[in-house]
Amino acid sequence: MLKLLRELSRKIFRGLFRKKEQLKIGFYGPPNSGKTSLANRICKDWTGEEMGAVSKIPHETRNVQFKEKVEINYKGKILVFKLVDTPGIATKIDYEDFLKYGVKRGDAKKRAKEATQGIIESIQWLDDMDAVVVVLDASENPYSQVNITIIGNLVARKIPVLVVANKIDLKRADIKKVGAAFPEYEIVGISAKEGTNMDEFYECLFKLSKKI
Amino acid sequence: MNKIKGLSLHVISFSEIEELSISERVKRILELILKNKIIIIHGKLRAEEEARLIEDTMAMAGHVKNFKGIELAVIEPDLKEKTFFVKMKYGLAKRLVGDSSALTLIGPSSVVKEIKRDPKKIELLLD
Repeated sequence: MLKLLRELSRKIFRGLFRKKEQLKIGFYGPPNSGKTSLANRICKDWTGEEMGAVSKIPHETRNVQFKEKVEINYKGKILVFKLVDTPGIATKIDYEDFLKYGVKRGDAKKRAKEATQGIIESIQWLDDMDAVVVVLDASENPYSQVNITIIGNLVARKIPVLVVANKIDLKRADIKKVGAAFPEYEIVGISAKEGTNMDEFYECLFKLSKKI
Repeated sequence: MNKIKGLSLHVISFSEIEELSISERVKRILELILKNKIIIIHGKLRAEEEARLIEDTMAMAGHVKNFKGIELAVIEPDLKEKTFFVKMKYGLAKRLVGDSSALTLIGPSSVVKEIKRDPKKIELLLD
């Protein structure tokens, strides 16, 4: 009985405290899935300025980046949150992969080293998230172990998840395949680069915030 | 097509690692990976163990010369189309003896170039 009361008071206290704190919504996914492009699109739409650099070279984001107090005022509803854009999670980093993009050997080695640190940082930030938007490249095979590991970790931590199938502007994009890989989740298909289907994305983001 | 001359797989039974802590399990796996072994675990790591394996792999990739990481895949039975009783039986067995119906495949990325998977097949592409 005492244990139950203690748990109840802890929940009430945490609930009060959380209301005063800013919600943290993390953007997670494999490298080059368009996390920063989506973060930029949201920040441009609602704060007027972009968040970080994007590139065709994988692991462009190698540090966790924040945008404080992003306020989305959509169809009379308001959502204020801290946007946390994270480096893409991978199980291997080979500096030689960057050479194909014309990066010099020394810079490629430096990029690879920073990318390994970025992945560690991304994983360590998981516990701090209130909700997570998992950004996947809809033109890639969704059945990769990294995608499954990210979502599995969010489920284990009871963190609400929204799965975004990005890059629907590409011919190879297949939202149905992403849906088949993660049937328990609502999938929203967008193109962060072109700004396609952002209305549905914002609707889903509001729904996600209600699950916290 | 290149002919495979030899492939050595190191099999770990779930009972061999079930008593180990997360750190010990991950350490055990990475020790074998550093010896260029491809590992098959009869069972499945928990989500947080997989995350820890990626974290420690990245820490090593940043410090151990010529180590670039791992390839990882888990093969599980597809229960989506199964009946409620089959799912219940599977869930009960999982609780009693651990998730032994799954197989985990881990290899150093210098040996295993890619593990391609989709729901019906798994392909191991060697370097």
